[in-house]
Amino acid sequence: MHPSPSVIIFTALSGLGFGLLVFLGLKMPDVTGILAFIFFVIGFGLAVGGLISSTFHLGRPERSLKAFKQWRSSWLSREAIAAVFTLSVMAVYAIGRIFFDYDIRILGIVGAIMSIVTVFTTSMIYAQLKSIPRWNTKLTPAYFLSLSLAGGALLAIQIKFCLLLLLISGFIQLLVWIKGDRALALSGTTLESGTGLGTIGRVRAFEPPHTGTNYLLKEFVHIVGRKHSAKLRIIALFLMIGTPILLLSLSFSHFLAALAVISHIAGLFISRWLFFAEAEHVVGLYYGKR
Amino acid sequence: MTTLPEKTERKLGLVIDLDTCVGCHACVISCKGWNTENYGSPLADVDAYGENPVGTFLNRVHSYEVTPDEGTSQLVHFPKSCLHCEDAPCVTVCPTGASYKRFEDGIVLVNESDCIGCGLCAWACPYGAREMDGVEKVMKKCTLCVDRIYNENLEPEDQIPSCVRTCPAGARHFGDFNDPESNVNKLVLKRGGMDLMPEQQTKPVNKYLPPRPKDTLGEIDILAPLLKPVAEKPGSFIGWLNKQLDKI
Repeated sequence: MHPSPSVIIFTALSGLGFGLLVFLGLKMPDVTGILAFIFFVIGFGLAVGGLISSTFHLGRPERSLKAFKQWRSSWLSREAIAAVFTLSVMAVYAIGRIFFDYDIRILGIVGAIMSIVTVFTTSMIYAQLKSIPRWNTKLTPAYFLSLSLAGGALLAIQIKFCLLLLLISGFIQLLVWIKGDRALALSGTTLESGTGLGTIGRVRAFEPPHTGTNYLLKEFVHIVGRKHSAKLRIIALFLMIGTPILLLSLSFSHFLAALAVISHIAGLFISRWLFFAEAEHVVGLYYGKR
Repeated sequence: MTTLPEKTERKLGLVIDLDTCVGCHACVISCKGWNTENYGSPLADVDAYGENPVGTFLNRVHSYEVTPDEGTSQLVHFPKSCLHCEDAPCVTVCPTGASYKRFEDGIVLVNESDCIGCGLCAWACPYGAREMDGVEKVMKKCTLCVDRIYNENLEPEDQIPSCVRTCPAGARHFGDFNDPESNVNKLVLKRGGMDLMPEQQTKPVNKYLPPRPKDTLGEIDILAPLLKPVAEKPGSFIGWLNKQLDKI
C-alpha cells in the first residue's frame, strides 16, 4: 500500500490522543484547573489533529460530513461517529475538570471507554480488508489498541502502566511482523486463483494492460519502500519501545519523560509507515507484483 | 444504503471467454469512449500527451503466460472489469452510501455526488476494479453500461454493454444469471465458467470461461509412409554442390 503521510499522521496522532483521553477520563493523573487544561489540550490536539489530517486523504473533503451515514455496515462511518461522540463527551467532562473542579464520573468513564472504542473502529477499517491479507487479522486491532494505550499512558505520565503496556505493544508488534510476513502466502490468493488459469499451469504476467502507470499501481503496489524494512523494523522497535522503557526505568524526571515521549512518537511513525508500506494488496498479483 | 441486498431480482453480468479473446483491447477503448461521454463524470486522462500519461479505465486487458508441467506455454489475454460481486466488499465499506448494489438487477454503482473520494472501496476490492478519477477525485467503476441496457432510444442490438457490443471476437457475453435459460448460464454450464479469487468470498457475478484444452499433433502423421523423399540421391547441380561443400 502507498504509505500516504495523511493516513500515517492520522492513525498515529489520533491513537495517541485517544489513548491519553482514556487515562484522563479515569483520573490518571487526577488533575484539575490549569494542569487539567494542559493535559486535555494535548489529548484533544492530538486526536483532533489526527482526524483533520485524515481529511487530506479524501478526494472530496468538502463532502466529508456525508461519512456519518452508513454506520450499519461501514467501519469508517462508525469511526467518524465514535470519534465525534467521544470528543463531545470528553469535552463536557474536561470543562467540569478544568473550570469547576468538578468530576462528572460517569462522563469520564464513558469517555474513556469510547476512546478505546474509537481506536478499535480505526483499526477495523484496516483489519476488515480481506484484499490485504497482512491486515486481515485480529492482530491489527491489538496493534492499534496496545500502542494507543501505551502512548496514552506515557503522555499521562502513568509510569507503571506505561512500562507494562510498552512491553505488551512490543510483543504484539513483533507478532504483527512475524505473522504478517507469511499472511499473503497463507491467504491462498495467487495469480493462479486470480486468473483461474492455475488448472492449466503456472501463470506469469506477460504484458501489463498499459505502458504507463495507473491509480491501482500507485495506490496499492509500493515496492521501493520495502527495501529497508528489516533495518526500519529494528529502528522502530528501538525508538518506540526500547528507549522509552530504558529512560523511564532510570529515574523519573520531566526531562527523561519528554525524551521518552519524543523517542516513542518517532518510533511510532516508523512503525506506522511500515504498516502501510509493507502491506501487500492482492491486486498487485495481477501485475506480477506484490 | 451500503448494506447488501439478500438477493437481487435479476443478476446481470458478463461472461468473458478467455479462449476466444484475442487481446485487441477494443473493449477497453469502447468502454472508455462510452463512459467518458455518458453516465457520470468523464474518465480523465492526466498528462495525456506528456511524459507520464495516466488515465482512468473501467476495463483493462492483461496478458498472461501459462506454462503447464508438460507441453508448451500459451498466452492468455485477460480482460478485467468489475465483477458485480454478490458479496461486494466495496459496497459495505463505503461510509457515505455512495457505493451501492441495486436490488433490481444486482449492478454495483457509485453515486458520484455522494462520493468523498476516500478510496476505501478500491482498497476493499481484490480485483482492482475501481479507480479514483485523477481529475474529478471520485471513484469510477464499471456500470455494466446501465445507461445503454435500459436505453430505449438505442437500437435493440445496442442495448447491451459497450464492451460486449464492440468485441470483434465475440468473447464477451451479457445476460441475467438468475435466469437458468439465459445465454450466460448456458455458457457457464457448458464451458465450466469460473470465479476469480473464490477464496476472497466475494461471490463474483461475472464468470470467466477457461481456454479450451489445446489439441496435440500425433507423433506420426498417418500420411508419412506415403510421402517418399523426392530425391534419394541428389543429382545434377545440387549433388555437385553437396560434394564440393563436403570437401571444404
